[in-house]
Amino acid sequence: MTLVLVLLDHDGKSVKQPARSAIAAAAKLGEVVALVAGEGVGEAAKAAAAIKGVAKVLVADHAAFAHALAEPLAALIVKLADGYSHILSASTATGKNVMPRVAALLDAQPISDIAAVIDADTFIRPIYAGNAMATVKSSDTKKVITVRAASFDPAPEEGGLAAIEAISVPIENATSKFVGAELSKSERPELTAAKIVISGGRGMQNGENFGKLLEPIADRLHAAVGASRAAVDAGFVPNDYQVGQTGKIVAPDLYVAVGISGAIQHLAGMKDSKVIVAINKDEEAPIFQVADYGLVGDLFQILPELQKELG
Amino acid sequence: MKLLVPVKRVVDFNVKVRVKSDGTGVETAGVKMSMNPFDEIAVEEAVRLKEKGLATEIVAVSMGVASCQETIRTALAMGADRGILVETDVELQPLAVAKLLKALVEKEQPRLVIMGKQAIDDDMNATGQMLAALLGWPQGTFASKVVIEGDTATVTREIDGGLETVALTLPAVVTTDLRLNEPRYASLPNIMKARKKPIETIRPADLGVDPAPRLTLVSVAEPPKRKAGIKVKSVQELVEKLRNEAKVI
Ligand SMILES: Cc1cc2nc3c(=O)[nH]c(=O)nc-3n(C[C@H](O)[C@H](O)[C@H](O)COP(=O)(O)OP(=O)(O)OC[C@H]3O[C@@H](n4cnc5c(N)ncnc54)[C@H](O)[C@@H]3O)c2cc1C
Ligand SMILES: Nc1ncnc2c1ncn2[C@@H]1O[C@H](COP(=O)(O)O)[C@@H](O)[C@H]1O
Repeated sequence: MTLVLVLLDHDGKSVKQPARSAIAAAAKLGEVVALVAGEGVGEAAKAAAAIKGVAKVLVADHAAFAHALAEPLAALIVKLADGYSHILSASTATGKNVMPRVAALLDAQPISDIAAVIDADTFIRPIYAGNAMATVKSSDTKKVITVRAASFDPAPEEGGLAAIEAISVPIENATSKFVGAELSKSERPELTAAKIVISGGRGMQNGENFGKLLEPIADRLHAAVGASRAAVDAGFVPNDYQVGQTGKIVAPDLYVAVGISGAIQHLAGMKDSKVIVAINKDEEAPIFQVADYGLVGDLFQILPELQKELG
Repeated sequence: MKLLVPVKRVVDFNVKVRVKSDGTGVETAGVKMSMNPFDEIAVEEAVRLKEKGLATEIVAVSMGVASCQETIRTALAMGADRGILVETDVELQPLAVAKLLKALVEKEQPRLVIMGKQAIDDDMNATGQMLAALLGWPQGTFASKVVIEGDTATVTREIDGGLETVALTLPAVVTTDLRLNEPRYASLPNIMKARKKPIETIRPADLGVDPAPRLTLVSVAEPPKRKAGIKVKSVQELVEKLRNEAKVI
């Protein structure tokens, strides 16, 4: 059986849900070897070993990988690449940063953001903001792939019993350095993992209204909060809230769009949600064309009512 | 410091593309074409660096059919100094574009390449990272802030959890995200001036690169259509439907 290498997104302790979707995609291609790279990642490696479908976990525990910088991570993966037919990761910020670099070093054309696996060489991926689905066949000997997590049910967290193997690959990195991070803190579920997402757009008018009107409902529903590009550009909410073609792709059980018009770039990030609700005062807004339940009206009236109704 | 800015000609972001009925691609005949929006942001950033006295020359590069000239002209009108068109009718994929850019970088010797994070037609989000890899340069992808000081580019990046800052030793590749800047509109006098700026045309073979695609397009299909839903009249009705019909809350 061919071996498939999957770079996992993790936080040092646990494996991120999109990475489990990448494992699910990889399992269709061969036997999955998971790579956990970072500093002090013993817990994450254990979590990886427990994931169903993982045959082996490689752990590269070293300061060079502490911040998932692309230069050392790509160099590491290239050194490991022998013996694997496919190298995958989720289309996360890390995956998108690292995998094309890996591909170039292996003289392969990356296959970005796949939504389906047809066979070992053939994949379906969205193009033009998801307005078309392209079936592409790769002629490269080694395939380097990022996986649209929303399109693959994540491999279960439990059920695996993989061996963990520490690897030591010396990597020099003199050209890039981590300086700092400013991460959004939230008790809410992550956007790409949440079962319910409630997003606000320009119609929210400011960040305070997100806090006052949207977030209490999100908390009541254990939902993640998202946003349109317009809401992020205007500074209502941080950049990592953006849902869309060039932001995050989500497919929760329920997506609620509040004060969002429904531009194609926004739809690209949420139109695979199971149930879509749109709240907008403009009954012609394109968001209603994809909404299962549309409510026409003023969000400043509707949101407080909704909060009350949910109890 | 010389800057290289790759600019791609793509279907305008406002166009909702249609899949051809024979499933061989999307309809691009008679469709409005523009510069990839992320590349406009890249050109803007380059022009600002020049205005601050941090850059001396901006070279805009576009690759593809002859009409990519227009995209280069747009970059020149925004403030780029000269253009290079790598002309070919072959469909160019990121690996080929990265190899062609590498050859141009070796010829032109820029200290910084600023480009879009993603082309909105193929949605690959790959070329910048690949160019950096081929050159052995560091990369600052999805940039929302770029500060150049001496030999270092300090790049603030939009990542899944928020923002991250990295320091790159030049030369480097930076790819732009939406919040980096707001691109200017070219003024009429600048559009006129741009007509006189030079554009050199070369072929992939001149750069010693085989641009043949590695991915074959087997077919293109419409995405699954969503069934039209209903309008509810009140919040009560909405919550009732979500509880009892959709069963999602
Ligand atoms: C290269 C590129 C990439 C992009 N990527 C993304 C992306 O990833 N994600 C994304 O979202 N966008 C993206 N966009 C932007 C996209 O084209 C739209 O501009 C954006 O989605 C609009 O955001 P919006 O719906 O919040 O604002 P608007 O289009 O201004 O809509 C606001 C809506 O709020 C409604 N409204 C106003 N007040 C009220 C009220 N009181 N009650 C109820 N409703 C109200 C209005 O009727 C309107 O429909 C991208 C654009 C480009 C060019
Ligand atoms: N044919 C091209 N000509 C010039 N630049 C390109 C071309 N293709 C890709 N690029 C650059 O690479 C970036 C990312 O494209 P992609 O990797 O295809 O999503 C674009 O924003 C451009 O800056």
